[in-house]
Amino acid sequence: MSGETTPSQTVGPYFSIGLGWLNRCDLARGASGGERVTIRGRILDGEGQPVPDACLEIWQADAHGKYAQPENSQEKSPAQGFFGFGRMPTNDRGEFSFTTIKPGSVPGPDDRPQAPHLEISVFMRGLLRRLVTRLYFPNDPANPADHVLNLVPVGRRATLIARPLAEDPHILEWDIRLQGEHETVFFEC
Amino acid sequence: MLRYRRPAPGTQPELLHPPYVSSIKRAPTQPLIQLPHTLSETTGPSFSKEVVPPKGFDLTRQHKGEPLGERIVVSGRLVDEDGRPVAHSLVEIWQANAAGRYLHKVDQHDAPLDPNFTGMGQTLTDEEGRYRFVTIRPGAYPWRNHYNAWRPRHIHFSVFGPAFATRLVTQMYFPGDPLLEFDPIYNSVPVESARKRLISIFDWATTTPEIALGFRFDIVLRGRNATPMER
Ligand SMILES: [Fe+2]
Repeated sequence: MSGETTPSQTVGPYFSIGLGWLNRCDLARGASGGERVTIRGRILDGEGQPVPDACLEIWQADAHGKYAQPENSQEKSPAQGFFGFGRMPTNDRGEFSFTTIKPGSVPGPDDRPQAPHLEISVFMRGLLRRLVTRLYFPNDPANPADHVLNLVPVGRRATLIARPLAEDPHILEWDIRLQGEHETVFFEC
Repeated sequence: MLRYRRPAPGTQPELLHPPYVSSIKRAPTQPLIQLPHTLSETTGPSFSKEVVPPKGFDLTRQHKGEPLGERIVVSGRLVDEDGRPVAHSLVEIWQANAAGRYLHKVDQHDAPLDPNFTGMGQTLTDEEGRYRFVTIRPGAYPWRNHYNAWRPRHIHFSVFGPAFATRLVTQMYFPGDPLLEFDPIYNSVPVESARKRLISIFDWATTTPEIALGFRFDIVLRGRNATPMER
């Protein structure tokens, strides 16, 4: 043992200086195939106020359920050029938006397939550690059997599932509520 | 599949830490749900040399002239809890200038901006997990958390490591800073020995004659268990 993990500290209010150079809100770039979706929403604090100084990071598999990473031991090869990483700040109104492709299914515990999902990190002033959550897709037939969704109390699962716009089902809305009645489910990663 | 170890109690900050006032309306109130480690958590983005500006490590050479302040070298190793180097991993930093002012529209501190200093850097660790930045010692700056609140001098660090599970954002402090004992962010880490690991060490080996004092800041990411994944 060389020691314990270095403690986390907040990104503070000025993270855009150091993190902004790597902002990427078009994750679909380089993807071969897959259903294109735009995901947009707001981050709201305990008083329902929008959070204008947050940063989201996304990590996701490609349309075939393959992560663009050498450590990935699956046999499928990643769709060429697809990276699966995104980073975007919220704007003055606490809104974020990004475009991506719906990922395929990735194996979970006991090699059972997981429902398509995005891994999400949330950083902001006031958060001493990142928050970790997942975004799932509406009406996916794999949702009811998803191992992680089933760890979440039934009444809170809806906070992890994006909602399609009635006028355009390729636009999904997903808000992150830090506190309150519809507080988003966050995970200890 | 190997999973990452959970942190020992008290070695990471609590999300709700009332002395840090901004945490009160932003920390979740519901208990966190333990996420099993699947491929989604044990993979993560890896950034190639082409992505990272070759001169990103030198914050004193990003403009026509040299920034004001005390030039320093900050270097260290990125390792996991078992001492294994984390190679080819992205490290990002950002900081205030020597006067304690950030190049950011929200920063209204009445201290001068430095036209020769942006305060952002990025680099990849080498084969042995080593990184090195050349920069300026940042100034302390006031904030509105409580009456006469001042942040100790610090550099913000962002590191990825090999997996989504190892992502870490932290701050590096300087040895002997009298503001540390009053800082609610630094003191949000309950265990003293853990929080002291956020303080860099003055280091003769990186101090460069006639050029810059050197500070060593090693960053430790989560280790992995050899036990089979929880089922
Ligand atoms: Fe800061």
